[in-house]
Amino acid sequence: MAKISIQEWFSLNKKRDKEKEPQRLNIPENLWVKCHSCKTTIYNKDLEANLKVCPKCGYHYRLSSRERMKITIDEGTFKEFDANLKSCDFLAFSDTVPYQKRIEDAILKSSLNDAIVTGAGKIGGISTSLGIMDFAFMGGSMGSVVGEKFTRQVEYAIEHKLPVLVFTASGGARMQEGIMSLMQMAKTSAALERLREFCLPFIVVLTDPTTGGTTASFAMLGDIHIAEPNALIGFAGPRVIEQTLRQKLPPGFQRSEFLLKHGMIDAVCERKNMKEVLTKILTFFAEQ
Amino acid sequence: MAEKINLLAFEKPLTELFKKIEHLKKISEISMTDEILMLKKRIETMRKEIFLNLTPIQVVQVARHIMRPTMLDYINLVFTDFVELHGDRNFSDDPAMVGGIAKLNGKSVVVIGHQKGHATKELISRNFGMANPEGYRKALRLMRIAARFNKPIISFVDTPGAYPGIGAEERGQAEAIAKNLREMIALTVPFVTVITGEGGSGGALGIGMGNKVLMLEFSIYSVISPEGCASILFRDAGRAPEAAEKSKLVAKNLLELGIIDEIIKEPIGGAHNNCEQAAQNIKAAVIKHIDELKKLSHGELISHRYQKYRKMGIFTEV
Ligand SMILES: [Zn+2]
Repeated sequence: MAKISIQEWFSLNKKRDKEKEPQRLNIPENLWVKCHSCKTTIYNKDLEANLKVCPKCGYHYRLSSRERMKITIDEGTFKEFDANLKSCDFLAFSDTVPYQKRIEDAILKSSLNDAIVTGAGKIGGISTSLGIMDFAFMGGSMGSVVGEKFTRQVEYAIEHKLPVLVFTASGGARMQEGIMSLMQMAKTSAALERLREFCLPFIVVLTDPTTGGTTASFAMLGDIHIAEPNALIGFAGPRVIEQTLRQKLPPGFQRSEFLLKHGMIDAVCERKNMKEVLTKILTFFAEQ
Repeated sequence: MAEKINLLAFEKPLTELFKKIEHLKKISEISMTDEILMLKKRIETMRKEIFLNLTPIQVVQVARHIMRPTMLDYINLVFTDFVELHGDRNFSDDPAMVGGIAKLNGKSVVVIGHQKGHATKELISRNFGMANPEGYRKALRLMRIAARFNKPIISFVDTPGAYPGIGAEERGQAEAIAKNLREMIALTVPFVTVITGEGGSGGALGIGMGNKVLMLEFSIYSVISPEGCASILFRDAGRAPEAAEKSKLVAKNLLELGIIDEIIKEPIGGAHNNCEQAAQNIKAAVIKHIDELKKLSHGELISHRYQKYRKMGIFTEV
């Protein structure tokens, strides 16, 4: 019988993670990179200027929460919430590395305190309660801090009558927090039930990858679901499914276009159009 | 007999005693009865001792025991007048999730729960208790009926996890579970969850957000299986015992963490040694909590449930 996990973010292992970055060519100052998808050599500045989307094949590279913020929120309008919340190792959990050390390493590596940045800001002039997940912080995993910050972001929206928008990027629950990470699914979903009672909209932008407990809670509870092209979105990770069924998965399985076809998302939207589309959606909900 | 075939590895010390009983029975004369009784007493004492000091991975083995009573084993012992109700009204009926109406202590209730089975045939037909999206949607349909007609809900959790299959992904496994999590918060009726075996992650939580969450003594509840945890975090599936220890998945730890509200005692040697006794213990605990919850208004029930899950989480704020 299969041993099941609802997430397998670690099996998006280092090798596969590297593929998500364009390969830096061994030329001074990293002027050129090679697209891992179409293998074209691209001028790095062109890739950056193109919002980290390959100008040749349209492959969407992952963005940090900072990069996402910069291209999404009206300049100078963002006010961050709860930046002082930090994870702690309350189970004294240690695998190959103690959890406390993992947290500290992730903070150093990402310059973030945890896997989601929340706050209020304007998009196309419309005030919004925002959450942006960051895969660079322990695979965007949801522990107590992610759950709490998201919940507070929803509560802020209720208090100030704002729409809620979240960009997801997460391998699922943070296993180092054991059952408490599972409870974050309950907590975040509960907050969204309250948001509905107040007739406030919840918009989810699914980015690569969004799996496990994050998908099985707030990421699938939007009034509107938008996904970036070719993002991996699912409940079980592809490797778990392959191991369980002992068969190869069809091409495109659990990608944005697959979810669109199966009715799980409203639209697939290229990064360059994202802000415009979000503005239209926010305008729809804001109209009196 | 069943006991003998199904002894767990850590119950090995009992093997000799069971063999002796078998032997005595073979040469049976009435005069041997006393001796058999004595041996049985000794087995009971030893078992009690063994089960007092189970390691977490041993508890995992009891929780997954092939003879561990299932939802359908309990249903007519805890409840009366059970009528099973099938289907999600959208796609199909999921045999891994059972639900229906019944009476608890003479009062109408809605019951839902995962169903595993004991024999290979049933295990396969019920997908080892791993529900598909239809199972979660059926459960939600029944919980909504309960809420509309003001009947308490009792859910029985026993699953390795929600099924990770191609069809499950196509039909929105994540969406089905997520929606249940959100909708369970808003139920206006008393809702008690009993974890009877394996509380496997989102698949368990998907029907497990009761006002009160009770747990059988030798059941487990975790975000990932010890094997999964070991192979992902420790990069070695063989370290499952260590993973089980560290992830705090036994009832005692979960009570300390405030995840569950009560531990339901199991008969000596685990629920499979005396299903009737286990059922009686479950029944008493469920009745007690439902009666308590019935004192709350609809609004109070929602707010009780909301507050319970709102405060879950441990972090620092500096
Ligand atoms: Zn390319």
